Amino acid sequence: MARDITLGQYIPGHSLVHRLDPRVKITLTLAFIVFLFVASNFEGLLLMVALMFAVLLCSGVPLLQYFKSLKAILFIILFAGVLNLFYGTGNVIWRCPFWPVMQITDGGIGNAVFISIRIVCLILYSSVLTFTTTPTELTDALERIMKPLEFLHVKVHEIAMMMTIALRFVPTLLEETDTIMNAQKARGADLESGGLMQRIRSLIPILIPLFVSSFRRAYDLAMAMECRCYHGGEGRTKMKQLCMTKLDAAAILCSAVFCSAVILCTVYLPASLR
Amino acid sequence: MDYLSAEHVTFAYQSESENEESLEVLHDVSLGIRKGEFVALLGHNGSGKSTFAKHFNAMLLPSGGKVYVDGLDTMDENLKLEIRRRVGLVLQNPDNQLVASIVEEDVAFGPENLGIAPPEIRRRVDDALRAVEMYDYRLNAPYKLSGGQKQRIAIAGIIAMQPDCIVLDEPTAMLDPRGRTEVLDTIHKLNREKGITIVLITHYMDEAVGADRVVVMDEGRILTQGTPREVFSQVQLLKDHQLSVPQATELVWRLKQEGYDLPLCALNIDECVAALEPLLKS
Repeated sequence: MARDITLGQYIPGHSLVHRLDPRVKITLTLAFIVFLFVASNFEGLLLMVALMFAVLLCSGVPLLQYFKSLKAILFIILFAGVLNLFYGTGNVIWRCPFWPVMQITDGGIGNAVFISIRIVCLILYSSVLTFTTTPTELTDALERIMKPLEFLHVKVHEIAMMMTIALRFVPTLLEETDTIMNAQKARGADLESGGLMQRIRSLIPILIPLFVSSFRRAYDLAMAMECRCYHGGEGRTKMKQLCMTKLDAAAILCSAVFCSAVILCTVYLPASLR
Repeated sequence: MDYLSAEHVTFAYQSESENEESLEVLHDVSLGIRKGEFVALLGHNGSGKSTFAKHFNAMLLPSGGKVYVDGLDTMDENLKLEIRRRVGLVLQNPDNQLVASIVEEDVAFGPENLGIAPPEIRRRVDDALRAVEMYDYRLNAPYKLSGGQKQRIAIAGIIAMQPDCIVLDEPTAMLDPRGRTEVLDTIHKLNREKGITIVLITHYMDEAVGADRVVVMDEGRILTQGTPREVFSQVQLLKDHQLSVPQATELVWRLKQEGYDLPLCALNIDECVAALEPLLKS
């Protein structure tokens, strides 16, 4: 089972979005998420939705994949939507006969729709990033983006190295967990029955060997890294240089146009949230 | 002059508590290894062979005596990186020595640490991957490869630093027979074609047969050394120290003990067959 797990959710491809510089992708994704919250009326939100569809189509990832990522958080969308039905002002459409405070207004319905669309967009925008960027690209880009933080004595290189190693060892440790589980089962360990507490307790004989072996691996890895002249981020180069192309410039330009339009909508049109 | 030279090396692991005596693992070991030589370091578990090997790239520093790499003293802190660039160490467990989640990025790890220019790293990575015949797998994730393939990637990661010497600490211990053959073939090829000095630590006697020189260690001392033929002729000595000899050697030796007229030593199956054929025909 462990072998089937794909690292991250990367879907290989050569689409326009795949070819963008990962730094640009991360920055733009963050910007889009911010602007989802800047947009305070349906006009602005519509712009963000339009942009989102454009990005989804450019990403070359089958739309079904995006639906799958939405399905996982369907509950949260419904929860937020239903909750917002009751928060709003305006003409009362329905009032709870037993509890008059609970009332649905036309404003509430508007809010519910607005919030739901916002969450859906949020998820889809971040899905585009994880679907089209490899974990390695992500860590590389984060290292570059966070570089200025070094002035604040944040150990940017170390953080990026830790992420790289963590990603590298996820499949290895999953495989090991599988092995240990099988080994304990072979010794008669019962992992599947019993109540919640019982099950949690039965995890202990799996976690302890896993911890011990992780430490041993860490020791080995540290030695292997030292053997290969690792001495921190100082004086280190990178084989793969990130470089911006015209494509990145075009993406930034398009996004800037959309985002300015969203600002204009927010400033000059009345807010939809009531 | 010897490329690697250990002079009267002793080494003791520091004990945790004060009253306990520290455990001395190496006692006055001296060994010289020439450039381009293929040396097999034999010995069973606890013989000190791994500890000794880690002295050659300054992973461990001698408690007494000196270790020189191409004339550089391993005790000199400033030379540590240069020594590690020249002498690469490949460890036993292939899973625990790969750093990145993509093969080519892992191979690039060493050169990146050395601060080499990106286009040059690219060239070295491609060369190293071709040298271990793993170029086609350069974009794969290491966890999807077999043990032998992972170990070859680890070797490529060392080669990309363009070392003069590679020390391999039981590189085949965790591999299946096919993986073992792959790794050994790769090591021999590097020694032959690139002239890289190889120190192969192993407890498989068969792996030692192909070496230029065999050094046998036992209880922190060098027991005997010489060409494989010289060493494996001393079957009785090796047996006295609970060491085995290659199976072909063992067979010929036993028959000889029984009084058959046979040559002193057969290193591999071919020699064994050649030795036994006349005997069986007569």
